[in-house]
Amino acid sequence: MVPLFYYLVLSAILFGCGIAGFLMKRNIITIFMCIELMLNGVNLAFVAFAAHWQQLSGQVFVFFVMVVAAAEAAVGLAIIISVFRTRETLNVDRVNLLKL
Amino acid sequence: MLHLTLFSLFGLICVAGAINLLAQRHPINSALSLIVVMGSLAAEYMLLGAEFVAVVQVIIYAGAIMVLFVFVIMLLNAGEEERSPGSRIALLLGVPGLLVLMGTVAWVLIRQNLGLVSAGALPGTPPAIGRLLFRDFLLPFEITSVLILIAIMGAVVLARKEH
Repeated sequence: MVPLFYYLVLSAILFGCGIAGFLMKRNIITIFMCIELMLNGVNLAFVAFAAHWQQLSGQVFVFFVMVVAAAEAAVGLAIIISVFRTRETLNVDRVNLLKL
Repeated sequence: MLHLTLFSLFGLICVAGAINLLAQRHPINSALSLIVVMGSLAAEYMLLGAEFVAVVQVIIYAGAIMVLFVFVIMLLNAGEEERSPGSRIALLLGVPGLLVLMGTVAWVLIRQNLGLVSAGALPGTPPAIGRLLFRDFLLPFEITSVLILIAIMGAVVLARKEH
């Protein structure tokens, strides 16, 4: 028996690491990986709550989150490739044409 | 007791992988530590009885998505990331703000007294998930298939070389 709280703490740690990496990292691919880390943290909370309330819909929702993450990865990596083609860099600080 | 031991073991591997993702400078090392995180999360799902989700996690996340990431890293020949100075206001306001936020959330959750989860509490077998997916969630399922189709076309259009 494990308290549900522990699962939520683990999920929060993963989500927090994702946010920290999203804000601190400079490489656009690593930033993208941090988004995946945040999605994984949320998925863990979904599965833990599904077990807690005995609702299988929570696990089905995790499946949908994964599908959306796959679609997002495909489109996002294509965008990264086209950004790299035009700017010749992966550093987000150098992709700042919209910035004053 | 065994459940708690396994939970702690895989949880520690998971957190170590997440911290290593942040600490590494080279994207390929970050990608490999993200695979570690996803693998240990699959073990956590298995502990909760979510078999289908665990297998899908390994196949889709650790398999398909991470292969895509590693492929793009190698395609673009990404090197070590450059360091650039961050904002000092963000550090001064952000860290205390984050601590206050996390403290508040933790306080609320502790006061709730959420109770215990036993190992394999809710068996998410493929037949059970499939029955739910193709009956109650049929419309969302079909919509996600359209979404995947649009994503594939978008990826092809965006990554195509322009002449």
